[in-house]
Amino acid sequence: MIGLSLLLLAALLLLGLTLWRRRTPATLRVIEAYERLNRSVGIAVENGTRLHISLGRGNLFTARGGSAFAGLAMLRRLTERTSVSDRPPIVTSGDARLTILSQDALQSGYRAAGAEEQYRFSTGRLTGLSPFAYAAGTMPIMRDEDVSTNIFIGDFGNEAALLTEEADRENTNLIAASDNLSAQAIFYASAQDPLIGEELFAAGAYVGAGAAHEASLNVQDILRWLIILAIIIGAGLTVLGAPI
Amino acid sequence: MRVFTAVFAIASGVIVLLGYFFPIAQLDQLRLQLIDWAIIIAGMAVLIGIYNLVAVQMEKIRARQKGSLYGALLILSLVITFGLGLVLGPNDPLMRLAVDAVIVPVEASLMSILAVTLIYASIRLFRRRIDVTTVLFLLTAVLFLLAIMPTPFGPIPGDWIITQFGGMLSRGGSRGLLLGIALGTLLTGLRVLFGIDRPYGGN
Repeated sequence: MIGLSLLLLAALLLLGLTLWRRRTPATLRVIEAYERLNRSVGIAVENGTRLHISLGRGNLFTARGGSAFAGLAMLRRLTERTSVSDRPPIVTSGDARLTILSQDALQSGYRAAGAEEQYRFSTGRLTGLSPFAYAAGTMPIMRDEDVSTNIFIGDFGNEAALLTEEADRENTNLIAASDNLSAQAIFYASAQDPLIGEELFAAGAYVGAGAAHEASLNVQDILRWLIILAIIIGAGLTVLGAPI
Repeated sequence: MRVFTAVFAIASGVIVLLGYFFPIAQLDQLRLQLIDWAIIIAGMAVLIGIYNLVAVQMEKIRARQKGSLYGALLILSLVITFGLGLVLGPNDPLMRLAVDAVIVPVEASLMSILAVTLIYASIRLFRRRIDVTTVLFLLTAVLFLLAIMPTPFGPIPGDWIITQFGGMLSRGGSRGLLLGIALGTLLTGLRVLFGIDRPYGGN
C-alpha cells in the first residue's frame, strides 16, 4: 500500500510539475560534469571529432534498466544536437536489447533534427555480451574512431576501470555516471568531474531534454525530503520505544 | 504506426504494473502473458545484436580499417562456436572446453589487469584533484584494505574498529546513494510509462 501511494504521489507530482515547468523553466544548479559535457558537444561538432556514448549493460528486465533509460533519453537529445556534425556519435552497449533501443534513439534524434538520412545502424553497436567482452570490444572504438569525448552513462561493473583507463590513455574528455556503487567508486577515482548517485538521472535535464526531465528532478527532491522525514520520525519513535 | 507503438508500450507497462499491485487473477494472467512475450522478444534481440556485431566487423574488414584482423578472428570464432553449439549442444565436453580453456582465462587475465588499473587510478586521483573528499575516499579504501586483507601475522590490531565504525559510515553513505538511485529509477520509469520518454522509437 505504501509502495502504491508513493507511486501515485510521484506520478501526480510529475504531471503537475511538468505542466508548471513548461511555463516556468527551472534554474538548475551547476554540475561541472554536465557543463563539461555541453562544452564537449560543441567542440566535437566544431573539430569534426566524435562523441562516444556507452550505455553499459543494464538489463531492461531489472531495476538496472532505469539508468539505461536515462542514458537513452540523453542520447536522443545529444544526437539531435550533433546531427550537423560530419562525424556521427558512436553508441556502444553490452546488452543486445539496449543496442536495439540505442539505434532507435539515434534514429529518433536524427529524425527530430530533420536529418534522418544521416542515420547509420552501425553507429549503435553491441560490443560484447559479458562484462569484460563488452569492455574489450569498446576499447578499440575509443582508440581508433577519432573520439574526443567519452560519455559513460548506465549500468557498469568493475570493467568500467578498463574503459576509464583507455579514455585517460587517449587523453579524451570523460563524463561518467553509473547506478552501480562499484562503478561509481571507479568513476570517482578516474573521471575529471565525477557524477555521484542520482546525478546520473539529471542528464536529460542538463542537456535540454524538456520540462518533464526538469520536473523529475523536482519530484526527486520532494520525495527525498519525505524519505528523510520518515527516517527521522522512525528513528525518533524507535528511541521513544513506540511500536512502528 | 508510431502512435500504435506508443499506445501498445504504455498499455503493456500499465497492465504489468497494475498486475503487480492488484492480485486479480485475469490481470495476473495477462501480466504473465505479456512478460512471456517480452522474454521471447528479448531472446530474438540477442540474435539481432549478434548480427549487428558481425555486420560492424564485416564493414571493418571490407574497408580494411585498423583492427580488421581481430574482426575477422572474432567472426571466425563466432561461426565455429555457434555452429558447434548448435550441432553438439551447450553441455558437450568440446563446448565446455571452449568456455573453460578460452573464455574463462581471457576474462581472468582482464580481471588481473583490472587490479593494477584500479591501483593506478587511485594514485592518479591525487594528481587530478586534492580535496577533503578525495583524501577521505582514499583513506577509507586503504583502511578497509588493511582491515580485511590476510597478513602473515594475523589480523591487524583494531581491525574491528575499522570494519564496525567505518562500515557503519560507508553503509549509511551507500544507502543514501541507493535511495537517490531508486528515486531516479522510479521517475525514469514513470516518464516512460506516461510516454514522455519513448526509448522504443515512438518520438
